[in-house]
Amino acid sequence: MTSVAKSAPRHQRFGYRINAVGVAGALVVGFWIVVALAAPAIVPHPIGDIVDTDYFGPISRELWLGSDYLGRDMTSRILMGARYTLGISIASVIIAGVSGVMLGMIAAITGGVVDMVLSRFLDALNSIPSKLFSLVVVAAVGSSIPVLIVTMAVIYIPGAFRFARALAVNINTMDFVVVARIRGESLFYLIRAEILPNIIGPVLVDLGLRFVFIVLLLSGLSFLGLGVKPPYADWGALVRENIGGLPYAAPAVIVPSLAIASLTIAVNLLIDNLPTKIRDRENS
Amino acid sequence: MKHRIVSLVLARLAIALVTAIIVSFAVFFATAMLPGDTATILLGQAATPEAVEGLRKAMHLDDPAIFRFLRWLAGVVHGDLGVSYANNMPVAKLISGRLVNTLKLAGLTAVISVPLALTLGITAAMLRNTLYDRCLTIAIIGVVSVPEFMIATLAVLLFAVYLNWLPAVSFTSEIRTVYDFARAYAMPVVTLTVVISAQMIRMSRAAVVETLNTPYVEMALLKGASRGRLVFHHALPNALGPIVNAVALSLSYLLGGVIIVETVFNYPGIAKLMVDAVSTRDLPLIQSCAIIFCFGYLFLTTTADIIAILSNPRLR
Repeated sequence: MTSVAKSAPRHQRFGYRINAVGVAGALVVGFWIVVALAAPAIVPHPIGDIVDTDYFGPISRELWLGSDYLGRDMTSRILMGARYTLGISIASVIIAGVSGVMLGMIAAITGGVVDMVLSRFLDALNSIPSKLFSLVVVAAVGSSIPVLIVTMAVIYIPGAFRFARALAVNINTMDFVVVARIRGESLFYLIRAEILPNIIGPVLVDLGLRFVFIVLLLSGLSFLGLGVKPPYADWGALVRENIGGLPYAAPAVIVPSLAIASLTIAVNLLIDNLPTKIRDRENS
Repeated sequence: MKHRIVSLVLARLAIALVTAIIVSFAVFFATAMLPGDTATILLGQAATPEAVEGLRKAMHLDDPAIFRFLRWLAGVVHGDLGVSYANNMPVAKLISGRLVNTLKLAGLTAVISVPLALTLGITAAMLRNTLYDRCLTIAIIGVVSVPEFMIATLAVLLFAVYLNWLPAVSFTSEIRTVYDFARAYAMPVVTLTVVISAQMIRMSRAAVVETLNTPYVEMALLKGASRGRLVFHHALPNALGPIVNAVALSLSYLLGGVIIVETVFNYPGIAKLMVDAVSTRDLPLIQSCAIIFCFGYLFLTTTADIIAILSNPRLR
């Protein structure tokens, strides 16, 4: 035990250290964010234009990633697709995160009936498989981008809730929170000043993982033709519309899949290699 | 102490029951409280108001939603799932054959993936931090972070396009020989196995690693027990509960995977039926499929929890 106690202070060094794999992950994520923001300015061809006489064209100097099933430029479509995949996913992870974490903290601080009802209800919601839930909603209200964002947010609220609640319950028993309660501080103050600052690191990391799940769910839905609808196309929709090119191993069907994989794997690598200081306060 | 296990299991079952009710409530209201009148949809735009009114009466559409929900729930319990809008057939009849197909696919996948994943997971835990373990971990991160349809398309690319072993995307109903059977099922089963195994390897590895870190395993190591004895005699019996728990949880991932896989490979299962029903907005069919999926999922997760309770030696 003494050796552990001696080596522990070494981790308390000032500033954050991150290893090469983590940096690589961060670079890929950053690349796609820049692409998503700048897409309309950097696409080589307008996404609707038919630029190739052949369909499922191969990779060439003119068309970097070949052409799709109508002869449209694949590079432009991927770049624009980044907007939908990233935009929708980020929007729903923010909604899911803010509402889930808020509810989690409220449940932890209030306790009692509120806690029990919230936990039971959200657990029940959690026991509907995510793809199934979105299928039912899409069947009911049709799929438009706002509906997709809200649906996926609702699906991932229970997870964010559970995670934040578990962390907040631990903080809630600490002396400084008890003191703040005795001072008569309001619920909102307790959340803002006492609980949230102490759980924000792990919560953000957890939201990063949830972002990956949302990207996968969105792509899966679009692939089934129940997600983003034409004329818009995210990466999942690009795979779907070009699935006819599979027997020819056309780049049009492979590249969007690779784009999804690069984003999700990069986020995972980034999170796995984050400094423990951010990732998990209790173990640091 | 027996008493305590029984009460814990009963409490878990009660939670499952409450969850089942909330879930069916959610499914019913997501589909039933929609804009658009069912009677008008059924009869088409040209229907006379009297005909619409008559049908509304006959289908009890004017009743308060809570009564419709209870009536529907009673029907589900009795096996009466309603009538499909699209082709006027009883939903139970449409589903039954498809359900058998899906269970066949899921069962075959489970039979292959459980032994495979457990072997890989346990050996990876034994050989922790070796090259083998690291490669496996990287492969798992890769599989877990790509969408299921990508694994399916990769399987098609590999087996049908480059190797030319199997037909690309087809499911033949004529299965006469074992060879036909293998050809038809190979790609869906391989895809699902990869998806499920990744989860299962990860969880079983974590369970065994955790037991290997306990003081009694360290004690066994110090008294000079061999590696095999350490794992099979000391660690595994204690890791059994978490492992079986992991298996049941991973199998619940089958439900998500099967939706994509059946669509990609055009497999006539219940998930394909549901995806088709979503495009035709056939609500009774969607409700029934959703309920079957949710109950399947609930059954697996509840089983996982109960096994975890039963296998906890501290409660015995």
